[in-house]
Amino acid sequence: MRGIISAGGYVPYRRLDRSEIAAFFGSGGGRGTRSVAAYDEDTTTMGVEAARFALQGAPAGTEPRSLWFATANPAYLEKTNATTIHAALRLDQSSPAIDTGGAVRSGVGSLRAALDSREPVLVVSADLRGGLPTSTDEAAGGDGASAFLVGDDDTAPVIAELVGAASATEEFVDRWRTPGDANVKQWEERFGETKYVPLGEQAWNAALKAAELTPEQVDRLIMAGTHARAIRSLTRRLGVAQEAVVDDLAATVGNTGTAHAGLLLAAALETAEPGQVIAVVSLVDGADVLVFRATDAVASYASARPVAAQVENSGVLPYSRFLSWRRVVTVDPPRRPEPDRISAAVAGRTRDWKYAFVGSRDESTGALHLPPARVSREGGAIDEMERAPMSDVPGTIATFTIDRIAYSPSPPIVFAVVDFDGGGRLPIELTDVEADELTIGNRVEMTFRKLFTADGIHNYFWKARPIRTDR
Amino acid sequence: MASHGIKDQVAIVGMGCTRFGEHWDKSADDLLVDASEEAFASAGVAKDDVDAYWLGTAMSGMSGMALARPLQLQNKPVSRVENFCATGSEALRGAAYAVASGAYDTAMAIGVEKVKDSGYQGLVGAGKTPTDGTGRTLTAAAMFAMCVPAYAKRYGVDAEEMREVLAHISAKNHYNGARNPRAQFRREVSTETICASPLMAGDLRVYDCSGVADGSAAAVVVRAEDAHKYTDSPLYIKALSFVAGNCSGNADPDYDYTSFPEIEAAAADAYAQAGVTDPRREIAMAEVHDCFTPAELLIMEDLGFAERGTAWKEVLAGTFDLHGEIPVNPDGGLKSFGHPVGASGLRMMFEAWLQLRHQAPEERQITTDRSIGLTHNLGGYPGEMVSFIGLVSPELG
Repeated sequence: MRGIISAGGYVPYRRLDRSEIAAFFGSGGGRGTRSVAAYDEDTTTMGVEAARFALQGAPAGTEPRSLWFATANPAYLEKTNATTIHAALRLDQSSPAIDTGGAVRSGVGSLRAALDSREPVLVVSADLRGGLPTSTDEAAGGDGASAFLVGDDDTAPVIAELVGAASATEEFVDRWRTPGDANVKQWEERFGETKYVPLGEQAWNAALKAAELTPEQVDRLIMAGTHARAIRSLTRRLGVAQEAVVDDLAATVGNTGTAHAGLLLAAALETAEPGQVIAVVSLVDGADVLVFRATDAVASYASARPVAAQVENSGVLPYSRFLSWRRVVTVDPPRRPEPDRISAAVAGRTRDWKYAFVGSRDESTGALHLPPARVSREGGAIDEMERAPMSDVPGTIATFTIDRIAYSPSPPIVFAVVDFDGGGRLPIELTDVEADELTIGNRVEMTFRKLFTADGIHNYFWKARPIRTDR
Repeated sequence: MASHGIKDQVAIVGMGCTRFGEHWDKSADDLLVDASEEAFASAGVAKDDVDAYWLGTAMSGMSGMALARPLQLQNKPVSRVENFCATGSEALRGAAYAVASGAYDTAMAIGVEKVKDSGYQGLVGAGKTPTDGTGRTLTAAAMFAMCVPAYAKRYGVDAEEMREVLAHISAKNHYNGARNPRAQFRREVSTETICASPLMAGDLRVYDCSGVADGSAAAVVVRAEDAHKYTDSPLYIKALSFVAGNCSGNADPDYDYTSFPEIEAAAADAYAQAGVTDPRREIAMAEVHDCFTPAELLIMEDLGFAERGTAWKEVLAGTFDLHGEIPVNPDGGLKSFGHPVGASGLRMMFEAWLQLRHQAPEERQITTDRSIGLTHNLGGYPGEMVSFIGLVSPELG
């Protein structure tokens, strides 16, 4: 039996209230909120978070043999982004890490390919969606990521078995963006609708046939894609009861593009019951349909970080800050030097620390060293250290400060001395935090972020953020 | 194995110190020429009479040639040294130990920094060492700001009292600096102005932070027995101590940001070298590293001028005011002088040179029956710093 072993959805902490857009520009926006990646997040960091949740939700010791990363908004071209995720997760060096991105369809496409593959595969999708101010893409888009550990039940219990899949492909131009362009362009809506609806019906019928199911037997229907009007039309034609259609998170998160079908599927799996049939329909440059049946194992499956809880726990982001984070407007920076580019050689040497947040622990005294050290702070032992992975260890704020004058892509810097559970300390930057909400004793967790970019090189490292959602 | 020190083996016989400030029209070379000329004249020597030179600069030049070229030194040994904000004091250690060793008869320690040319606010790190980008990028102000809530919480000082304490330190140093023609800022500042100034980091306001200035200072040192060949009133070195921290405060959850262990250790060593047993009653005056007002507060306890948890009361009681029991930063400190990194340690020693020999201007000359002056630098941040302490006296024994 092949299917999904575990899933992770990641929704960034910040929300933009869409009504702020019209309040500022006089047009655009809409109702509800959309999720916004923080200034220190990109598709790679969001992918890391979703992948961490997916692996945390899998039985201990379950390791993917391959990592695939899909995004329409890659942090790098030419250089593989999946290798960063691979490093953050400390996957085995013999596992390939491959980008499948470029187009939005690569998200669902990678999931399907993984389901058709043999080895355990970790499939990660992430997207950062936006558009020109007042555009539909700006308001309706969302940022987020999803990840699935896909495999056979001889690796670990499968919680959702793939029982049918089908696609329909046809070349037509609906939405496009050439390399170097920031924003997507779109053909008039009706043309796309006339293409998408029949393709969707074709794939839907083929998938149900393969699964030997009728539309009435579908308990949960996930509708995703890049063409909202076509999705609405098609939903009405599938023969599935309206109650079975799952919340598409449009009112709270927005459409997370490459990640979205996965994000909705991860959320659906969090509440799935054994035997339920979950169908995913995605309309992006054609149609892809995946039909799953939840297994008995889903009853004991617990998501490491439910999507619902992340949707619930959010912080408001003013539209002014959104425009600045998206570099639509540039605000006056502090009169401090911008950072130099990092050294590839040094970062290569320290990759376990930099990307995976692994320190060293004195084998005899237990003293934790962050960053890892060869000589112990206590006792003076040399090279008698064990590796201490700390990315999943929560901590407590010992003291903190707000730096209003240091260089930051989004001043001020909130900085704290964090004491980790079980011993060990690191003074480190905080994120997803309001400057005035902190007190000594607050609990924090580690999150993978982009500190800055210099000479086109992204400087990834870890920050701490307040614990707001149950683990 | 012991730290013996060089008590009474070496004497300062001449010093120079430029005005500190925004020297837009002067280069580091110009400042070096000005400070060294004053020091040579003060000691009554020419540059060729000095056998060896130690140049302290963190970011204004590399190698001994950064001094040999502007001064046109002919075939002289020049060591360029750097040790964070204790760089100027490090130059003095090098020169003094070289003379004490017998290797040279006469040596000069000179420090310089040209900070204002960077075009940025505050100090800008000199290091361009390639890194993995995981290091902290906070300003020093933010790092020292973390001491304020930590101290207040540990000793039960409420936020308003704490503000008053920090403002008193700032106002005191500006009061002293207003009486010093070499200071960058020569204006008294009221506590009201200090408390209303813009926030920089944490609870620290503009007037809690030292300024940024260019400057240079220099000292000529000789063996103690030769001192009177140069001057009737030499200043004898009683102790020079230095601790380079192992950065354990960054990793050790027991460190609580209410003290600077590196300073405490450097003080213990310096007092032992000099035979000082009760600093509160033996030290005549101190020039300490008031980079930020909470630093000066904690330093008072680390140096043993106040019991733990009591320095804030002593500050408010005026113990460290110009005419208090132990005047601290009678020249105005980093607050009034700014902090040209390579020069600051020697600028502090210049004030000891003036005060202990009763040559300070009347309006800030301290009156005391004690003879030992203390200079102190820290370089780095709470939890990770270097610390220097020097003790000097016009008296032998």
